[in-house]
Amino acid sequence: MRGLVSLLVTAAVLTAQDRIRIGAKNFTESAVLAELMAQTIEAHTDLEVELRTGLGGTMICWAALLSGEVDIYAEYTGTGWATILGNTDKLTDPLRAFFEVQRRCREDHDVHWLEPFGFNNTYALAMREDLAADLGVTRISDLVGHQDTLRAGFGFEFGSRNDGYPGLATAYGLDLVNTRTVEHALAYEAIQSGAIDLMDAYSTDGKLLRFRVRVLEDDRRFFPPYNAAPMVRGATLRRHPEIQRALSRLAFRLTDLDAQALNYIVESDGVAPRDAARAFLEMVGVVEGELSSASKARRALALVGKSPPEPGEQATARPGFVELWTNRWRLVLSLLAQHIWMVLVAVFWATVISIPLGIAITTRPKLRQVLIGSAGVLQTIPSMALLVFMIPLLGMNRDSAIAALILYAILPILRNTYTGIAGVDRDLIDAARGMGMRPRQMLRRVQLPLALPTIMAGVRTSAVISVGVATLAAFIGAGGLGQLIVEGLYLNYGAMIWLGAIPAALLAIATDQVLGLVAARISPHAPR
Amino acid sequence: MIEFQSVHKKFVDANGRENVALHDLSLAIAPGEVHCLIGTSGCGKTTSLRLVNRLEDPTVGKVLVGGEDVSGVDIIQLRRRIGYVIQTGGLFPHMTVAQNISVLNTLEGQREEVIRERVRELLSLVHLDADQFASRYPRELSGGQRQRVGIARALALDPEYLLMDEPFGALDPVTRSQLLADLQPVFRDLGKTVLLVTHDLEEAFAFGQRVSLMHAGRIVQTGTREDLESSPADAFVERFLQTLRRPSQ
Repeated sequence: MRGLVSLLVTAAVLTAQDRIRIGAKNFTESAVLAELMAQTIEAHTDLEVELRTGLGGTMICWAALLSGEVDIYAEYTGTGWATILGNTDKLTDPLRAFFEVQRRCREDHDVHWLEPFGFNNTYALAMREDLAADLGVTRISDLVGHQDTLRAGFGFEFGSRNDGYPGLATAYGLDLVNTRTVEHALAYEAIQSGAIDLMDAYSTDGKLLRFRVRVLEDDRRFFPPYNAAPMVRGATLRRHPEIQRALSRLAFRLTDLDAQALNYIVESDGVAPRDAARAFLEMVGVVEGELSSASKARRALALVGKSPPEPGEQATARPGFVELWTNRWRLVLSLLAQHIWMVLVAVFWATVISIPLGIAITTRPKLRQVLIGSAGVLQTIPSMALLVFMIPLLGMNRDSAIAALILYAILPILRNTYTGIAGVDRDLIDAARGMGMRPRQMLRRVQLPLALPTIMAGVRTSAVISVGVATLAAFIGAGGLGQLIVEGLYLNYGAMIWLGAIPAALLAIATDQVLGLVAARISPHAPR
Repeated sequence: MIEFQSVHKKFVDANGRENVALHDLSLAIAPGEVHCLIGTSGCGKTTSLRLVNRLEDPTVGKVLVGGEDVSGVDIIQLRRRIGYVIQTGGLFPHMTVAQNISVLNTLEGQREEVIRERVRELLSLVHLDADQFASRYPRELSGGQRQRVGIARALALDPEYLLMDEPFGALDPVTRSQLLADLQPVFRDLGKTVLLVTHDLEEAFAFGQRVSLMHAGRIVQTGTREDLESSPADAFVERFLQTLRRPSQ
């Protein structure tokens, strides 16, 4: 019997180990690369792959990789150099950059960069095609002659990063008189409508295929290389060396145009990243073809690859909000349930923690300063950063999200418990003490009941905040309504963002209302 | 019996400045006596009262209740033997009249029927109809009714002693004289040792067998109305007595 149990446990452990987890950041290209790697590994090894897509940014992916929450994700050399390794100087030679980042990650973190996919998703400057033709601009250095008249719209990051416009301006001696900040997702619309003439882009943006823009040549090789490559944990690689062999099939298989095309069909044609990756792998022969050549993904990809659509041509219409709701309301409801559950658990624990602490600090001024102070500091940590801190402690799952929510929910309840108790009329405390109530009796019969409305107001505030913060849980793959928002963001799909945002907003309003009613019910005789 | 033996009380404020509230206070209140402390604001009368149930402790000197030094007895037991009424009534707004009155009875673990009976008894003592008032909340009462409930609550455990700090101070004159008229016989009949603080001479003489007139932390004169009127100790007493005569002329 015992033998059987240990066998089962071993089997379970082995199975768990044999699942390779691949992460992806919350944008299309990262998701497509994750699919490409996953399908290649599944086709050429016996391993099973689990995807953790939509992770909110580099630091979350990196933390997840270090803690073993994911085994692999695709990273860019420039990001590895600057963001992960924290270098401030600039590497311009793509080959040197790759080998340097590869060496440092291996030596310092036991994280291995495999052979790159081939394309370089670096920054680029894009100019309105008609204007570029009129002015005869093809290279970035050509811009200097027109720097007084051109209207530039740069994304916030590009506008402020050293490897963005400030560095570029120095390198080219460029001084654009008229620049402004434009949200990246809107920049293409802005340039199309003629509101701006020049924008920053990523060289593999799918939209470059669609909008009438000209990508200017970086003739002084200013932009650092952003070559994408699979990044794998050393431990995973030693256990499963076959991963490296499998992924080498993808080495140098994607050109910039391939990446643009893949991004384009996902973002504009509504092809799922899985199908897009599948179609590509079949076309280049990494995976045996099963999809019919008439499949939507394959057709879309073929179309893009052979002849880019007429610039500005409307992409296949995506379902609007109503249709999306009709198709996906079950999913929305289950995400809503996850969302409510996270908020409930978090607010419950925050209450359980904060009320006793709030009581304790009413009589201990020193402790009060420390606790309210630290809860206040917690509140100022950006939610995303708090989520990143949680990954090494609790893993990349709902527990982490809930822990972060609890930390956020503590302050309002703690502060209101203290204020509520400290705010009880001094005459009442005097009467209670004078008549011979013990401190504990006074707390239970006088102070707490009278502080209850204030405490409830704190719980209410916490709950409403939590509903909002819980949407970020999706950035570490913990589900909730944020999942739709994250997905919508990386697909640049407004209706899907609304599909998550509207229920989240309604939930916040409902939470506020319901707790308002509860508060009115439990303290009907409170002083006004 | 409540006794003050050479009591000094000093307060030290946040800046370390000392403030003498009571200076060499000695006073003996006989069992069953209703004694009034009277004086202007800040004269130390409320501080004296609060020394009895140890809401304050003397800096120097002793306070004795029933012959025992209060600093030597269990503070909770002491306070439950001493009823306490404050100016604003101090009723708990989240409790009904009955719950307010019986809060100590509940803490003492008395049975529900006993408590209910006691509440009725106390309400009728302070001239309130139990059926009408027992289940009301303080905010549904007038100022006079609140003070009546406050006094009933102070009597709930049938204490030997009663401390009242300006119990009628916040009431309008009509309500106050009605309350005085209703409660005077009650206090006469209960036979409790009562220490009442007021700034109103009329009230003091209406209730107190003896009054102590205080000024700047000291007792200027103790005696009956006649004692004070026939031989005022000093000019301050005389001036104070004039305030009583003026409105009635």
